[in-house]
Amino acid sequence: MTSAAPRLVSGRIGDVVARADGGPKVKGEFAYASDLSAAGMLWGHTLRSPFAHARIRSIDLTAALTMPGIHAVLTHGDVPGQKCYGLEFADQPVLAIDRVRYFGEAVALVAAEHPEQARRAAERIVVDYEPLEPVVDAERAVEQDPLHPDAPTMGHGYRRDPRPNVVRSIVIRHGDPNVEGDVAISGVYDVGIQDQAFLGPESGLAVPDGEGGIDVYVATQWLHVDRDQVAPCLDLRPEQVRIHLAGVGGAFGGREDLSIQIHGAMLALHTGRPVKMVYSREESFVGHVHRHPARIWAEHRANRDGKLVCVRMRILLDGGAYASSSTAVTSNAASFACGPYAVENALIESTCVYTNNPPCGAMRGFGAVQTCFAAEAQMDRLAAELALDPVELRLRNALAPGDVLPTGQRVTGSMPVAEVIRRCAALPVPEPEALPRDPIRLPGGAGNVTRGQGVSRGVGFAVGFKNICYSEGFDDFTAARVRLFLDARGELAAEVHCAAAEVGQGVTGVIAQVARTELELDEVTLAPHTTATVGSAGSASASRMTWMAAGAVQLACRAAKAELERRGELGAGDEIDLERVYRHERTTPLDPETGQITGERAHVAFACAAMRVVVETDVELGLTRVVWIGTAQDVGKALNPQAVTGQIEGGTAQGLGLALMEEIRTSDGLITNASFTDYLLPTALDMPPVVSDLVEDPEPGAPYGLKGVGEPPTVVSTAAVVSALRAATGRALTRVPVRPDDIVGL
Amino acid sequence: MRISLRVNGEEREADVWGGESLLFALREGLGLPGSKNACEQGECGSCSVLLDGELVCACLVLAAQADGHEVTTVEGMADGEELHPVQEAYVQAGAVQCGFCTPGLVVATADLLARIPDPSDDEIREALSGNVCRCTGYAKIFDAVRLAAAVR
Ligand code: FES
Ligand code: FES
Repeated sequence: MTSAAPRLVSGRIGDVVARADGGPKVKGEFAYASDLSAAGMLWGHTLRSPFAHARIRSIDLTAALTMPGIHAVLTHGDVPGQKCYGLEFADQPVLAIDRVRYFGEAVALVAAEHPEQARRAAERIVVDYEPLEPVVDAERAVEQDPLHPDAPTMGHGYRRDPRPNVVRSIVIRHGDPNVEGDVAISGVYDVGIQDQAFLGPESGLAVPDGEGGIDVYVATQWLHVDRDQVAPCLDLRPEQVRIHLAGVGGAFGGREDLSIQIHGAMLALHTGRPVKMVYSREESFVGHVHRHPARIWAEHRANRDGKLVCVRMRILLDGGAYASSSTAVTSNAASFACGPYAVENALIESTCVYTNNPPCGAMRGFGAVQTCFAAEAQMDRLAAELALDPVELRLRNALAPGDVLPTGQRVTGSMPVAEVIRRCAALPVPEPEALPRDPIRLPGGAGNVTRGQGVSRGVGFAVGFKNICYSEGFDDFTAARVRLFLDARGELAAEVHCAAAEVGQGVTGVIAQVARTELELDEVTLAPHTTATVGSAGSASASRMTWMAAGAVQLACRAAKAELERRGELGAGDEIDLERVYRHERTTPLDPETGQITGERAHVAFACAAMRVVVETDVELGLTRVVWIGTAQDVGKALNPQAVTGQIEGGTAQGLGLALMEEIRTSDGLITNASFTDYLLPTALDMPPVVSDLVEDPEPGAPYGLKGVGEPPTVVSTAAVVSALRAATGRALTRVPVRPDDIVGL
Repeated sequence: MRISLRVNGEEREADVWGGESLLFALREGLGLPGSKNACEQGECGSCSVLLDGELVCACLVLAAQADGHEVTTVEGMADGEELHPVQEAYVQAGAVQCGFCTPGLVVATADLLARIPDPSDDEIREALSGNVCRCTGYAKIFDAVRLAAAVR
């Protein structure tokens, strides 16, 4: 048959498309990583350190090995290959060797017939620890004994920092940082440790292939980089390790680092049986990296007319025990420290240190959340100092195409900061609701603790921005493979392979939309996401996956279509099968000494968002109810408007969580609230309606002009919620999450 | 020990050990992994099922306690290929992202609408406040509940 003539296809770019995985998910049939099973399967369990810092004198497995149902008990000596791994630097032992550096570090592995047998056997492993003084104060860490004496992150094009425990330090010097303005505002801000708290716990199934290799079915964000970390530790060739995406119950950055991949594979290879591992919630809290806690010192200098003349900021991030993606977070925090404003002079220092606190790495917003909170608080205070409307102050400084960022990079693509500010400010704010009223609509809600006497209303505003795609010279690419063939009815059909991780954000829908649009076909199926049949897709992070997957699938589809046209027709049994690799515009590193660009750009593109928040706060009880949120977000082009607003609403909720309740608490490095009882997440009672206005200003270099949409709402919402709280309480509120005590002023 | 119970209208038997939760028995013993295991501490609602018609967290019920009782899980809601109206509404409203909260929310929503066919926004919030969703920010979940209420 000949190639199909152009015809109307539903589910194309720009349409609202219901998720293809929606049916299986609502029926409970979608197979998440924790739902998998295999014949003869064993259960794996990890023994973890009860200390934040200790030397391991010895490990005695004798008692554990005699427990019922036990098939294997493994320690560092059983790691077949490289003993350490890491996302960017291999500084983390697969299993602790002679020292543990954080609470919950993996020490030993057990495989048993039943998970409870595995847990009980793990309790019988005798580890002789010698507790050491933990490094827990990020400010003092640079004077204490090094946790990693070999300084694994130094010498990679980063600034050489001779101080102990520095993961990375970057200084951005722009213009003349000594310029004075008419006014100066300075403040110190703190951000607590936030957890991704994805609902699907870390899980997976490792299945030996009988020939020395392994198949790992796991919930992850980047299949190929998992494989490249797993294979050397197992002493296997990459092709002997096949990583397959199992259903992912949310990610938000927390699945960039490995969890069960090497551990499960070790147990499976050792026992010759499939091994399943599922973390409990408590284990999940210690088993993945978190958002970096930060302390930020900021000084904003401006003229009477509100124009910023100089921003000076020092950012200190606590990276915890291992590097993870801390080096990139450190520089991202610096890049976005000034907010989406044109500032001619700046001095930004951003430093991340190793400590014995919980390891930190990627979480939605990636460094920009912390600095946005500080910078926007400064902007509010500046507005008050100058008696200017906060929205007007922001408009006067709004970054625009052609402007130069503190890194020296000129904005060449879309940057509609003024537009998102104006559109957000134009959203109608609801009128205050009269008292008395149903207590469910008062701060404290179902707790029924107030009649509303002490309630004060406040309206806040904030703007934030962040990079899209990987930066600083990273070779960022995505592969897609397209097969065209005739289906059973003789109709042209397509199968798309792309290893892009579907973590809930809806990238599989985007892939199908792009393929239908480009091929003008209804019959598009997606092959399983795996390392086995297609090249790397890169990570489902940095708001890049939709852009990169769309780019790759578009390229592959266009090539397949051209091939089809060349051939004229496909016969029964014929097929076209080709793979293409998409790269975005190249970036280059920042100069290690000046923080200035060394080529045209360090970042590919940017997305911004403005948000207005209305809160009611009971200033006597310290309770808060967020009443309403309105936001305008720069989305480039909305490929699926329903999915885009879903990302905005969900991302906003996570920022609200950091503003009001979410914090991992530690005592001498030990996590004290590793449960959903003690680590609070926003519930249906905490989330107000969110009005989203999508600003479509196409990004010139991106497929269809799209921008990633996942992170900007999380970047801006913490700042916006606290801005409203300040308006309601009159207090400075320099720390998130804001605690009831802070509101009451205790 | 061996328990027998009626699950989604079918008589079933399972071998369980003393401390095992109903959730574990459903997921690992009875081949019904639809009910989810996000916290196993009664804090998230991802494991919501109906036990003799009453909404419970399956992670907080001992499997042994369900002996002789009737359980409805998310797998028992659709009528063959035909989605339950609540399930259909979740798909149409875009209330599903990662979907890990969805089975529990679908069961909790069906329970809410059985008790209150046309709930107010405050009633929806209160009824679903025990079901955590980390992805959606709840807006589209509320849309789904209103949509399901409207088509009933
Ligand atoms: S798993 Fe039962 S309430 Fe969370
Ligand atoms: S959709 Fe992911 S937790 Fe609700």
